[in-house]
Amino acid sequence: MSTGALLTAKERSVDPVVISHVRCKACGICIAFCPKECLAADEHGKAYLAAPERCTRCGLCEVRCPDFAVRVESRDRHAVRS
Amino acid sequence: MNPDVLEYTELVREERLPHIWCPGCGNGIVLQAVLRAVAKCGLDPNKVAVVSGIGCSSRAALYVDFDTLHTTHGRAIAFATGLKLAKPELTVLVLTGDGDCAAIGGNHLIHAARRNIDLTVVVFNNSVYGMTSGQHSPTTAPGSTATTAPYGSIEPTFDLCRLAEAAGATYVARSTTYHATQMASLIERAIKNKGFSLVDCISACPTYYGRRNREMFGGSGDAVAMMKWQKDHAVSVSAARQMSPEELKDKFVIGELVNRPAPDFSTLYQDMLEAVGSSR
Amino acid sequence: MPSEVRFLQGNEACAEGAIAAGVRFYAGYPITPSSEIAEEMAAKLPKVGGVFIQMEDEIGSIAACIGASLAGVKAMTATSGPGFSLMQENIGYACMAEVPCVVVNVMRGGPSTGLPTLPAQGDVMQARWGTHGDHPAIAVCPWSVEEMFTLTIRAVNLSEKYRTPVVLLSDEVVAHMREKVRIPTPEEIEIWERPRPTCPPEQYRPYEPDPVTDVPPMADFGDGYRYNVTGLVHDETGFATISPAKTSALVERLVRKVEKARCDIVQVDTRHMEKARLAVFAYGCAARAALRAVRDARAMGVPVGLFRPITLWPFPEAEVRALASDVDAIIVAEMNLGQMVMEVERVVAGRCAVVSVAECTGELVKPQHILQSILQGTGSRPVTFVRKAS
Repeated sequence: MSTGALLTAKERSVDPVVISHVRCKACGICIAFCPKECLAADEHGKAYLAAPERCTRCGLCEVRCPDFAVRVESRDRHAVRS
Repeated sequence: MNPDVLEYTELVREERLPHIWCPGCGNGIVLQAVLRAVAKCGLDPNKVAVVSGIGCSSRAALYVDFDTLHTTHGRAIAFATGLKLAKPELTVLVLTGDGDCAAIGGNHLIHAARRNIDLTVVVFNNSVYGMTSGQHSPTTAPGSTATTAPYGSIEPTFDLCRLAEAAGATYVARSTTYHATQMASLIERAIKNKGFSLVDCISACPTYYGRRNREMFGGSGDAVAMMKWQKDHAVSVSAARQMSPEELKDKFVIGELVNRPAPDFSTLYQDMLEAVGSSR
Repeated sequence: MPSEVRFLQGNEACAEGAIAAGVRFYAGYPITPSSEIAEEMAAKLPKVGGVFIQMEDEIGSIAACIGASLAGVKAMTATSGPGFSLMQENIGYACMAEVPCVVVNVMRGGPSTGLPTLPAQGDVMQARWGTHGDHPAIAVCPWSVEEMFTLTIRAVNLSEKYRTPVVLLSDEVVAHMREKVRIPTPEEIEIWERPRPTCPPEQYRPYEPDPVTDVPPMADFGDGYRYNVTGLVHDETGFATISPAKTSALVERLVRKVEKARCDIVQVDTRHMEKARLAVFAYGCAARAALRAVRDARAMGVPVGLFRPITLWPFPEAEVRALASDVDAIIVAEMNLGQMVMEVERVVAGRCAVVSVAECTGELVKPQHILQSILQGTGSRPVTFVRKAS
């Protein structure tokens, strides 16, 4: 898994985790299980990336999201989409 | 990664979202794992067919961009058998639930396993009949309550993996929504098995099962507590080997449990046709 | 390949007809008196590259047939009363999802286990209403081994054209008797195929009906259309809906597509109807006994004919209504306690008398019993008289 230090400046400028406010149902799973406690709940209980600097793009928030609401912009994804 | 390979997100019928499942329902996690597995296998989406039965589990078929067949309660595996045998070049996945495949559908499950029909059966196992508001199922833990077990269930449960194994399944695995990455990997291997594969995917129903059994799930019974329960009670195959029966008492084993490839029904049928002097 | 004349059992002829009609998938479960159909298909299908599977039960059998049909393969199953009862849910599924398939029900004594080896006609109403909800029904009823062949082909063809399950309602007598059959050459046999989409996948609306036939084109799974099939009420996209307007649109169309095609679907056979004042309405094996009775009565000078519905559902309303205007009485002879007679009464609506000759003994109804009723109808004393079993 890539860490912040291994990302290019261009990659670092993209938010590592994008959460769809429309799709998120505020279940709290991603927030509770983020290994680096990067995510928090907004006033609606929906998740947002509160501490992007700690994010390692491990992807666990995305794989455990029941609602296709989370997208982790990983190195692998950038390589695929170039 | 091959840029020609689809991402799992491209296999979702996005116009059908948001799905009907409750906030915190584990079923969406299982569904994502299925799509990751399909994407990872590099399958042509035109040649994948998904068959489901009835229940929250079975609504999964509506959200995936393949030929999808939402059938009658308990019968998905029988419909899938016909589909697969008629068109063996299709990769046929069955998305079903613990009630759908092990109660009303039990007979079709054991016979498809016995015949080693080349299907991948993904069981969205949340130990409850969610769609009908929380009745107990063949995998509801004894002592826990449900709307039809208000004083606590007195019934022992099926171990779906041992059931499938005994019936003849050639690939059997179990994972949980907490172990979502492992789950996708096991489903991928299940799809790649040319024969009957079953993956018991421990999901969670916070709305009915969790809410009715709060004391089982950290006092809250919410999605996070139910996922934590999965983490605390799952043990890997290798870890289980080192544990005594006493230590394993309230645990369940996850990982690849059976992997014994054998000729699938369609292969044997084709051999028979050739012996008879014809072909398909 | 020239046509040939063969001496076949009814069930054998059914299997031959299925193969001739293009059936290449059979999933079934043994049950007397239909098991020979499964056995024949097990032997015949592999020789033409088709698939035979003996499923674990009748429910799985009809399910597998529907799955195969969605892959584009013509499918058939065969059973008897108890199995037909088990199949009802999935028959309804095939109606709702509009999946062609043929279900052969070789009727035997009922209810329940009944009389496994003996004939009856007690499943006639079940063939119309066995599955829950409002749905169309097509059922055809052979009275000879030759019709076991030809009507099986017709059943397959009708199920394809109207995208609905079709029941071949046979009985233990017709299924087990042996008669001469002329097997036509393949060129003589008309085969109908389900309508398939001509548009590309992105334009396909799976349940958008043809404006004339009310039948939507059906894509094969695996051909790239990637559509959804469900037993839930759905709209033209194939996805579920609870909209009242869409609900009535769907259910009404399912029924209408068959109803409005009566001219194409309904077939009847009439014999000895010249200047007839009486008619005997009978179907299946009972019609064989009725024909004997009609001929005996004609020999005695009684102006009676035989009206034999080949199509039981949709019920031949127009034909029976016309008959009722021509005769004084219709004698409905059936091997049940009076099922088709209710339809006859309904349609006749008092235009003529309707007499029920109904019995449930496990025996083929005797011609003398029907003759007795014919003669009573004319007020004459019967020449020979056999009391029906009590």
